[in-house]
Amino acid sequence: MASNGIKDQVAIVGMGCTAFGEHWDRDASDMLIEAATSAYESAGVDQDDVDAYWLGTFGSGISGMLFSEALKTNNKPVTRLENMCATGSEAIRNAAYAVASGAYDLVMAVGVEKLKDGGYSGLVIPGPDGDGTESSMTAPAMFSLLGPAYCEKYGVEEGELKDVLTRIAWKNHVAGAKNPKAQFRKEVSLEAINDSPRIAGMFGVFDCSGVADGSAAAILCRAEDAHKYTDHPIYLKAFSVVAGTNEGFLSGDYDFTTFQEVVASAQDAYKQAGITNPREQISMAEVHDCFTATELVLMEDMGFSERGEGWRDVMEGRFDGDGAQPVNPDGGLKSFGHPIGASGLRMMYEMWLQLRGEAGERQIDNPTTGLTHNLGGQPGRCVSFVSIVGNEVG
Amino acid sequence: MSGILDYGSYVPYYRLARAAIGGGRGERAVASYDEDSVSMAVEAGREAKRVFDSNNNGAIDTLIFATTSPPYVEKLNAAAIASALDLPASIRSMELGGNTRMGLAGLLLGVDLGAAGKTSLICTSDVVIGGPGGARERDSGDAAVAFVTGPGDQAIAKVLGQASSTTEVLDVWRLPGDQFARQWEERFGIQILGPVSLDTAQRALTDAGVAPEELATVILDATNKRDVAGIPRALGLKPEQVADMMAGNLGRCGAAHAGLILANTLDTARPGDKILLLSTADGCDAVVLEVTDKINSGRPQRSVQHWIDSGDNGLVYNTYLKWRGILPFEPPRRPDPDRPSAPIMKRHERWKYSFCGSRCESCGQGHLPPARVCVKCNSVDKMKEERFADEPCKVTTFTLDHLAYSLQPPVISSVVDFEVGGRMACELTDADPAQVKIGNQLEMTFRRLYTGQGVHNYFWKARPQR
Repeated sequence: MASNGIKDQVAIVGMGCTAFGEHWDRDASDMLIEAATSAYESAGVDQDDVDAYWLGTFGSGISGMLFSEALKTNNKPVTRLENMCATGSEAIRNAAYAVASGAYDLVMAVGVEKLKDGGYSGLVIPGPDGDGTESSMTAPAMFSLLGPAYCEKYGVEEGELKDVLTRIAWKNHVAGAKNPKAQFRKEVSLEAINDSPRIAGMFGVFDCSGVADGSAAAILCRAEDAHKYTDHPIYLKAFSVVAGTNEGFLSGDYDFTTFQEVVASAQDAYKQAGITNPREQISMAEVHDCFTATELVLMEDMGFSERGEGWRDVMEGRFDGDGAQPVNPDGGLKSFGHPIGASGLRMMYEMWLQLRGEAGERQIDNPTTGLTHNLGGQPGRCVSFVSIVGNEVG
Repeated sequence: MSGILDYGSYVPYYRLARAAIGGGRGERAVASYDEDSVSMAVEAGREAKRVFDSNNNGAIDTLIFATTSPPYVEKLNAAAIASALDLPASIRSMELGGNTRMGLAGLLLGVDLGAAGKTSLICTSDVVIGGPGGARERDSGDAAVAFVTGPGDQAIAKVLGQASSTTEVLDVWRLPGDQFARQWEERFGIQILGPVSLDTAQRALTDAGVAPEELATVILDATNKRDVAGIPRALGLKPEQVADMMAGNLGRCGAAHAGLILANTLDTARPGDKILLLSTADGCDAVVLEVTDKINSGRPQRSVQHWIDSGDNGLVYNTYLKWRGILPFEPPRRPDPDRPSAPIMKRHERWKYSFCGSRCESCGQGHLPPARVCVKCNSVDKMKEERFADEPCKVTTFTLDHLAYSLQPPVISSVVDFEVGGRMACELTDADPAQVKIGNQLEMTFRRLYTGQGVHNYFWKARPQR
């Protein structure tokens, strides 16, 4: 048994990302074309230079042909993959492992999602046929189970926790306001967030991430080849994915204040990357803030905060754009929007900009190491992805 | 000799105050949006079967379901009831319908089968819908009742005599596809069915060898109460002999009504009490019963009065009309629920209907739904089946989901833990969202979650203990 990782063996040498939002005027293929061609341009390569593709989409198409037909790739392998909200991240991970294996020299990981054509509120998760006994909980309802459980366990008053959640939403809107590609580019007052109509449990509309269309792409090669394409590659230091067993919904031991899959994947990734003190060693993180309470719990699951102390760190501004450990400096799912298959790549796009000092108004001071994280599913029953990236080898 | 071995009743949680409809006193019982005649029959059937099982009376041979509101007009509704009650696949089953007399007719059929040595479970249930503003809407109710009948030595009530009449008459009728029944001029039905009812009652008493003055209780049920209004005077009954038909707090609950009033009578009856029970619709059935000294062992845990006392009469009329499909409404911006798949329902029948999970024989971990590989110790195929339907549970955590599709938003989504060990995510029903708290005691209830693309989707929910 081993999770050896591929630390510093593979680098990202070019990226592209569309604006996220309600793209009534564009098909998934239009967004793929924009993300892919801007990634080619960023790496200074032609389409024919790319040997293979990994396409992540949750439900905006089937098979690799969603990409190959849009971009007219000639006789190239395109693998479509899906792992719920970790779909885009899985595209990067699988593409990176293919490069590390030596099978290909230059590959693309690309993700896309078109969510706004369905006409529904919130996310609609198409499932296989069932027996009609599955829980009918919507995504906000699933994640809202975290709130009362957190309050109960750590003796936080519900009103106090609501303020913490509101501050997380506020912080991510402040960041999104500085991001030209974000879905929501306006700061929102604490009061407006707090008073927004209830969706589920303690969550109002502003506690939920944006439902958006979008696409992002990355070009990867072996680390030793990286400087052929760019002076400032970013190096992939760890990938971990954990798929849960649904233990949280079977066993009375689970208390809805953590994601055990996240804890396990973070520990695995830290080991691969050689990180022993994530609170100090990780400069910044893009985490899966599908709902505000998710981001709070993730701070503890990632080891950025002590158990039961995450809410204090939030209120003290530790995770603000100018805080000690910025989290979601690009606005996160909350204000950048969450086109499922593209989100993991969008997170990596922010790492690409920040680690190269290209993040403009929201640039963090000299970041060296970043973390991206996705989770798909719900508290007690999810898949979790963690990656560690850096701008130096070693 | 044959008789009733035990019984159970069920009155749904919601009541519609007649004042909310625009007139009249009292209230009517209302099946919730997630109930129908099948789900309510299961609730009453569970009550009766629990008593039957605790008395070790052997096995049930036959299931009879009677209703005028079958969820499927073709497809045996009784099969879903049998599965939800965890009755054996070898059971004989049949369904009676066509008018409200079939509830009592089913009970008498069960009694006749008892004389032949068979043990029967008769579940009778109805959701009665009337056109808005009409008497049928105002005066009807929704409820269910169940009886186990069998050979007489263990009976809590023996049959002393019975009589029947069949009358071809256009009194109350409903065409296939019609939402509401129609009724001919009331006075016509009274003049035809009044004498038929009295004659049937008198023949039943003669058959039983019982004089009217010996009767402790007389239960007079009819599609139109005036059909039987002359009987007390004709038989020389005292007012205290005539049963309260619960028009004020239930309404007439279709095919279930005669049985429900009998159940209410048995709830407080004493050994030796003689009861005349009569139901009139397109003719009449009448039976004379004598309560035996076994009565205490055949009573269910919850009386009719208990069900009536635990309810919510704050239902808004618009909501009622929406639940019954009478009033169109603005749909949520969410997809319609998918119909469940027939093969998957069949494969998972023990879970979906019988509510059987599994328990790991290696480490004791409970699994809902049943699993083959243990989530704790990873043992493979070391599971034994376990039915959780009658196991109490409590709220571990919950949320109010304002986004999910429901006819009664917000959906109360909950994670529940069973006292015997085992956890599941399930919806709470018959609950006030403002009253739900972590730690609330719950019990499971069989419901129709929704109907998608012409398929009724039945499963279990949890409700606060009633």
